[in-house]
Amino acid sequence: MKKYDQLVTNAAGRIVPAIVNGKSQTPYMGIGKFRPTGNKAAPPIATCADYPADGNKLVPTLRDALIRCGLRNGMTISTHHHFRDGDLIANQIFDIAHDLGVKDLMWFPSASFPCHAPLIKYLEDGTINRIEGSMNGPLGKFCSEGRMKGLGVLRSHGGRYQAVQDGDVHIDIAVIAAPSADPFGNANGVDGQAACGLLGFALADSQYADKVIVVTDNLVPFPCIPWQIHGNYVDYTVKVDRVGIPEKIVSGTTQITRSPDRLLIAEMTARFCEQAGIVRDGFSFQAGAGGTALSIGIYFADLLRERNMKARFMRGGSNKYLVKMLEENLGEYILDGQTFDLDGVRSMRENPHHVNTSPFTSYNYHGKGNFASMVDVVILGATEVDVNFNANVVTHSDGYLLHGIGGWQNCLFSKCTILPIPLFRDRIPVIRDEVTTLCGPGELIDVIVTERGIAINPKREDLIEKMKDSDLPIKTIGQLKDEAEKICGVPARPDLDDEIVAVVKWVDGTVIDSVRKVRT
Amino acid sequence: MSSNIAQVGNKGERVRSDCFVTLELTESGGLVIQPESKVKALFGKDILRLAREVLEFFDIRHARLTIEDSGALSFVLAARIEAAVKRLISAEKEFLPAMIPENEYQTARDRQRISRLYLPGNTPSLMINAGIHHPDGIILDLEDAVAPDRKYEARFLVRNALRHLNFYGAERMVRINQVPKGLDDLEFLVPHNVNLILVPKCESAEQIHQVNERILQISKRLGVKASIWLMPIIESALGVVKAYEIATAAENVVSLAIGLEDYTADLGTRRTVEGTESFFARCQLVVACRAAGIQAIDSVFSDVDDMEGLRQTILRSKALGYDGMGCIHPRQIRVIHENYAPDRDEIEKAKKIVRAFEEAEAKGLGVVSLGSKMIDPPVVKRAMKTIATAVKIGKLSQNWREEA
Repeated sequence: MKKYDQLVTNAAGRIVPAIVNGKSQTPYMGIGKFRPTGNKAAPPIATCADYPADGNKLVPTLRDALIRCGLRNGMTISTHHHFRDGDLIANQIFDIAHDLGVKDLMWFPSASFPCHAPLIKYLEDGTINRIEGSMNGPLGKFCSEGRMKGLGVLRSHGGRYQAVQDGDVHIDIAVIAAPSADPFGNANGVDGQAACGLLGFALADSQYADKVIVVTDNLVPFPCIPWQIHGNYVDYTVKVDRVGIPEKIVSGTTQITRSPDRLLIAEMTARFCEQAGIVRDGFSFQAGAGGTALSIGIYFADLLRERNMKARFMRGGSNKYLVKMLEENLGEYILDGQTFDLDGVRSMRENPHHVNTSPFTSYNYHGKGNFASMVDVVILGATEVDVNFNANVVTHSDGYLLHGIGGWQNCLFSKCTILPIPLFRDRIPVIRDEVTTLCGPGELIDVIVTERGIAINPKREDLIEKMKDSDLPIKTIGQLKDEAEKICGVPARPDLDDEIVAVVKWVDGTVIDSVRKVRT
Repeated sequence: MSSNIAQVGNKGERVRSDCFVTLELTESGGLVIQPESKVKALFGKDILRLAREVLEFFDIRHARLTIEDSGALSFVLAARIEAAVKRLISAEKEFLPAMIPENEYQTARDRQRISRLYLPGNTPSLMINAGIHHPDGIILDLEDAVAPDRKYEARFLVRNALRHLNFYGAERMVRINQVPKGLDDLEFLVPHNVNLILVPKCESAEQIHQVNERILQISKRLGVKASIWLMPIIESALGVVKAYEIATAAENVVSLAIGLEDYTADLGTRRTVEGTESFFARCQLVVACRAAGIQAIDSVFSDVDDMEGLRQTILRSKALGYDGMGCIHPRQIRVIHENYAPDRDEIEKAKKIVRAFEEAEAKGLGVVSLGSKMIDPPVVKRAMKTIATAVKIGKLSQNWREEA
């Protein structure tokens, strides 16, 4: 099977393959242009007659469970990433597969982390054919250098749900590591030593996979409440010593930035939102987990407190700062996709206003609406932005694939999308003539905030009008680009190979861009 | 190390926006340049071209140059390579980056100097974004913030920064080394539109004369016309005793700063938060400055995480009569501005005085009065300064006259 075939130019002017890993693809057609038809995918019908009436689905080991699920060559195995860099289960699955001599698996994680670097040996020896999911750090480097046998496919969190729901990806076996579960397979993320808050990223896997295994290190008698994952979807349960490393689950990436430059960007962003009238009583926002985004949340909190206002809802990833806002009644609800620290976990466990969400409720584009488009303002990052506001979040300017999409693409549908980014990193200007990889179309990106000026998308005449008397340094994106190049010099285009190593999907499952091999 | 190899710059995990160069002069083989850079994909060719240009500028035909680059901007790369070259050969000429038009400004004698941000003279990553935080001044420090064995290379970096790095209107200051050694630093500063020179550990008018003599010498030789202000730093018992003599040593002394770390060491005591041990010195310095008609600048506050401590220190400092303070982290700038700036009562009072003055002027009255009180001209002048500061710092709208 060829990794890819039949190159075409999509509606964004990008060259993408129409066949990926043997499956035909729809090239990106524009925002909202692709209209799916037909019915959703569905897993096989099961019968209680085949499952123990006492509800005890325990098998002795993960290996037994995988064998009973019929693990064989060419299957798709899914995992979730709620344990982030502290995941102990995904690697074990492929150790077992390798041991059993199974080949050509497709790993379908909701995201991968540096802790999954040991899987490189299985990508090399053919146990794993490819990863369809974010590839960070060492795995991203491996893929970028063209060493993965199959083609990488990058999807947003919402896009992953959509792909499963629409049958673009068929999961043979889903392995759901759970901080707490009962023998029937009900599971949650709020209790146990590996508590991670919720298990939303595993929802599609539980609903649509042929076979579902729940693995836990905290087995409780039925019922495991809350049952974020319903045991009625689950085939087997497994008790292990440890599913994750707690200190890496609640990772240190969620500290407020101490960098004065980033604090300045955060403050400018908050002031922009204030002056544009976005921060008002009853508004809603989502800020990511990065240090700059966290600081913006703190400025929002100060503003709300000062004016005696509150947000109607705040979108997680949650952390102690967001929880503090909820507890101080500066916001009425947290609608949370993942918890980044123990305060987030505690709040989700104890506070009914801290609600767990899934990519289905928040992001899935092939649903009857989702939350993302209702959010007043979303603060996101990017590795690059071009003069047409198109943005890249997966590759660096040298072409290396180093980040996943996460919920980034899905969030672009909010009423105002702001990217606070430094004008240059070391010597690398962030604003380019053309992004290395297109992840988000410029028409959805409204404002770029840098330490040296703020650019508003010309399409947002309303925002330009509101900010015309602002004391903030409002500039055109062209001016910002020139300013960066005056300081850094004009960067060359990276010399990338023609060969494609991965594709980036848009939220509707169409192919928006290709990632090229890096010459080594 | 053999005398035909020079190493300059910084490298390592935590180093950013800098480079480490190793230059070896060879007998033959031409120029062999090996750049290793994390920005190689985008700037590899630029780095190579610049390196070659610098070596050829100094007529070096055969050499091996390795560059371990962590994203250094061109002016940094050029400074590093030039310093390496001059470690090995003696050359009069300099490889100068362009003087950007944004840096061709002069500063006023009595301009606002509430905050001055110290920047270690051999650490480019801290210089690059210093201006965006809008301190009143930036200090490129060649003295205590640079290790003795790095002082040589730091001069090239500071010179290039003065020419090529945009500080967005901050007064561009340099702290030279102690006189007489520091006099040689001036060669790297005077021709490059430095606005102000800080003279550390100053203990006599004579040291100020020496600095001015050297400035004059260089200016004459190169036709430099711009005036360069001096800010002596008083850091010893002798300096405190001679404060007035130093403050009045020359026309271009615009301010005295006090440095309390060295001063307390000189007294044989310890620096405390309350500052009782330095109370006399701080009063003496303010009195000397006021007597000489110049600004008094307080010592830095060294705990960058303690914003409340900083605020308290500033309020005491302001009460003693100080006009401003040095800062060692951009986060201190706002606190310093806000707390040295006039408070609400001061602003309200100043507004009344300025309004009364303007009304009196409009009516052609020679005497300004507010209620039953006569207002003296110096009071009006101070009120105007208060208003100007409040507007500049954002505590008062530019259009305050139209507002209720």
